[in-house]
Amino acid sequence: MIWRRITGFPTWDWTSPFDELERMRRDMDKLSEGLARGIFREPMAGVFPLMNVTEDKDNYYVRAELPGLKADDLDISVTGDTLSISGERKFPAEDEKAQYHRREREAGKFSRIVSLPAQVDTGKVEARCTDGVLTVVLPRAEAAKPKQIAVKTS
Amino acid sequence: MADTEGKAIKVREKAEVTTPAEQTRPGLVFTPAADIFETDKEITLLADMPGVKAADLNIDLNENILTLDGDVKPPEGANEADVIREYRTGKYYRQFSLSQGIDQAKIDAELKDGVLRLKLPKVEAARPRKIAVKTS
Repeated sequence: MIWRRITGFPTWDWTSPFDELERMRRDMDKLSEGLARGIFREPMAGVFPLMNVTEDKDNYYVRAELPGLKADDLDISVTGDTLSISGERKFPAEDEKAQYHRREREAGKFSRIVSLPAQVDTGKVEARCTDGVLTVVLPRAEAAKPKQIAVKTS
Repeated sequence: MADTEGKAIKVREKAEVTTPAEQTRPGLVFTPAADIFETDKEITLLADMPGVKAADLNIDLNENILTLDGDVKPPEGANEADVIREYRTGKYYRQFSLSQGIDQAKIDAELKDGVLRLKLPKVEAARPRKIAVKTS
């Protein structure tokens, strides 16, 4: 650095200020890219409820956070490779005279369809609601299951 | 609440807490959405804490600071791989400061389907009293 400060005089090494700017520009690019990735970390469909879909060898698992809802309040149907969930979140009537300090929770209707990566066995789909989290287990259709292929040695 | 009839729920991302206190364990912390309302006799607090089991929920009232602390275990099995991840899971943490005297012995908490209903009865002295105006 010291050497550069001594020798980096404009007349001797006139590109150095531009190099420096270029480096700064690259750093800024990296920073803004990082920020953008931080904000848009999760791809969102923008439809309630938010869902997490996971898979293992045999099943797909669809999960959604639906606090206060019971399995009976939900309408779930499956066709081929799409799952549709709809329902209504209702709040029980509170005291007429209640004065609100905060009201952040929301009630209302919702419906959502998700496409699964492969066909599922519609007859064996199971759904359960525990502690406000809905879990739908969708077994993969026989044709969509990964198959182990044995390599023959002659 | 009849006014919400037929209305569609808007999607909202879970609000992450920005350092409530230094965490002893790694993991995400979220603020549960809450409704608070008050009647003459009690304050009721409703909080959405999906995934929290009754055994993992700590409610603490200390010097008018009410703390809700709910632990969530990851619901996914060990062999599951993500396909789409739209929400994240983690514990819930939120503090409220209560202004009125609360009868600590009569606090009642119920956690059902991921919704906490907390009844905080007011002490006798804190209840509003109607004052009769006398005319001479």
